[in-house]
Parts: sequence; structure tokens; C-alpha cells
Amino acid sequence: MDEKPAKIVLSEEQKRSRRARSIAIALALGALVVLFYVVTLVKGPAVLNRPL
Amino acid sequence: MGEGAQFAAGSVASVVSGASVASVGDYMALMKPRVMSLVVFTALVSVMIAPGHVHPVIGFTTLLCIAVGAGAAGALNMWYDADIDAIMSRTLSRPIPRGRIAPGEALAFGVVLAAFAVGVLGVLVNWLAALLLAFTIFFYVVVYTAWLKRSTPHNIVIGGAAGSLPPVIAWAAATGGISVEPCLLFLIIFFWTPPHFWALSLVRAEDYARACVPMLPVVAGAEETRRQIMRYSMVLVPIGASPWFFGYAQSVYGLTAIVAGTLMVTFAWRVRRNREGACGVRTAHHLFGFSILYLFILFAVLLIDARVGEVRVWW
Repeated sequence: MDEKPAKIVLSEEQKRSRRARSIAIALALGALVVLFYVVTLVKGPAVLNRPL
Repeated sequence: MGEGAQFAAGSVASVVSGASVASVGDYMALMKPRVMSLVVFTALVSVMIAPGHVHPVIGFTTLLCIAVGAGAAGALNMWYDADIDAIMSRTLSRPIPRGRIAPGEALAFGVVLAAFAVGVLGVLVNWLAALLLAFTIFFYVVVYTAWLKRSTPHNIVIGGAAGSLPPVIAWAAATGGISVEPCLLFLIIFFWTPPHFWALSLVRAEDYARACVPMLPVVAGAEETRRQIMRYSMVLVPIGASPWFFGYAQSVYGLTAIVAGTLMVTFAWRVRRNREGACGVRTAHHLFGFSILYLFILFAVLLIDARVGEVRVWW
């Protein structure tokens, strides 16, 4: 009844590739934030004046 | 039904068990970077020659979204085609058949990338371009990959429309509309696609036959394919020069397009003449290689031509 589910133990290769993928996702999200910031500056107030 | 689709329906187990070992490079490979580079280049030229001023940041955003959209379409194509990719020697080393990425992961990756590419292009540039990008991804994945590729030898003729749309998307992003010029760029890529792919499929006919993909050499034979390559190459000469005929490019471009088009026909003629053995394979490879150079030269000269024209106007 109180049995704990078996733990998944990652191999070194799986840990390495997971870390690399996490860094890539973080960089991509960071780049997206920077892109939105820069485009907002470039477009000025116009970016806020969109019809709903 | 492709392996990806079978996987989604639960009839095929994931090729990867347990936690994924997929590297960032595997995901990059899923985005078909070589196809992406040609797509980005044609879109870049379109943004650069479009009338009016496009801010470099907006231009960069447009190209980034088109590149990511193309990558998403490539990933979804590999998801759906995983079953035939595992049979053909050309595609055997792709991430899904190799067991590096599970079909479900490829599907999720493709869908997320497509949503981001279309959404970001719409919010930061304009919604016409975003709509065209969404249509291009849909056309490549649903119309070409899931429907035409396994049902008709005209698969790459009609499916070629997806690869022809990036200059139109880029033009819409730069100008907010569509005019004759991007339609001519569309036609150039559209008529370039059949001789380009059929040259490859001539060499890989056995591969396609084994995977039951009805490419033209498999269905109609090598002789008919060579005839069709010749026809499309001849039609491509005037279409390649059409921006000059319509007054959208200078004579430098027109001359280049005619010379490059004549060379394309010459390579197609060599494919038609050399049918047998290693010589036949070599001429098909030459046509395939030159066709890539042809498209690159045409778009590069179009860009140079437009820039030279601008400098003349300023002086």
C-alpha cells in the first residue's frame, strides 16, 4: 500500500544531455525576452497601439 | 500512416525507452538546417529588395521566425515520416530512426516551435506574414508530408509551393502586403523544385521504391523523369529571367538569369543523354549540385542588382 514508486536513475550521458538541453532552452527563452525588449524599443509606442 | 502518426495513435511504441539522451545537436538536425539555410537566404533577399525601409531588428525578427517555422515544419515532417526514414539509406541517420529522439518528443518540439514562430512574427512584425507562415507550415506538413508524398508522383511539384513561400512571407513582413515581385520569386522556386528533387530521386529511386514512396522515377520510370526534368528546366529559363522582363531588375540580373538558366538546361540535357551506370549517376549528381548553385546565384545577383540600382538613384 505504502510502496514508493521505483526511482529512475539517470546515466551520466542522460544527465549531460539533459543539462545541455536545459541550457539551450534557457538561452532560447532569454533571447526571446531580449528580442521582445529590443523590438518594443524599436517600434516605440506603436507596439502598444494595436486594435483589440 | 507514418510512424509518428502511429505513435500518436498508440499503435507503435516509442523508439526511445526511459529518459532521453537526445543532445542539442539532435534537435538541430530535426530542424533540417540545410533546407533552412536556403529558405532563410531567399527570405533575406526578399526583405532586402522590398520597397521602403525595414528596420534591421524587424528584418532579423522576420528571418528568425521564418527559420524557426521552417525548422518546425522539418521536425513535424520527420515525426510523420519516421517509418519511411528508417527504410531509406539517405534518411536512416536522422534522429528518430536512430533512436535519439522519440516521435512524441519530435511532435511536441515541432508544434511548440511552430506556435512560437507564428505567434512572435504576428505580434512583433505583422499578422499577414504570420498567417502566411502558418499556412506554409500547414501546407508542408499536412498537404505535402501527410497527403501528397505517399499518394502521387506529383508530390514534390505541388508540395514545392511550401518551399516557394518564404520570399512571399518576407515581402509581406517588410511591406505589409503582397505584390507581383514576390509572386515572381515564388514562381522561380516553384519551377526550380522539380528538376532539383527529381535529379536526387533518380539516384535514390531504389530507396524510394523500398519505402513505397511514389516518386516519379518509381512510378513513371527514369526515362520519363529525365524528360520532365528537361521540360521544367526549359520553363525555368524565362521564369528565372522574369523579374528582368517585368522591369523589376536590371540587365545584370537578366543576363545572369539567362546564362545560369542555359547552364541548368545543359546539365538537364546531360542527364537526358547519359542514362546508364556511373555516368548517369554522376550527371544526376551534377544537376542536383548545380541546381542549388543556380538558385543561390539568382537570388544573390537579384540582391546585388537591387542595391546597385538604389545607389544609382541616390546619385
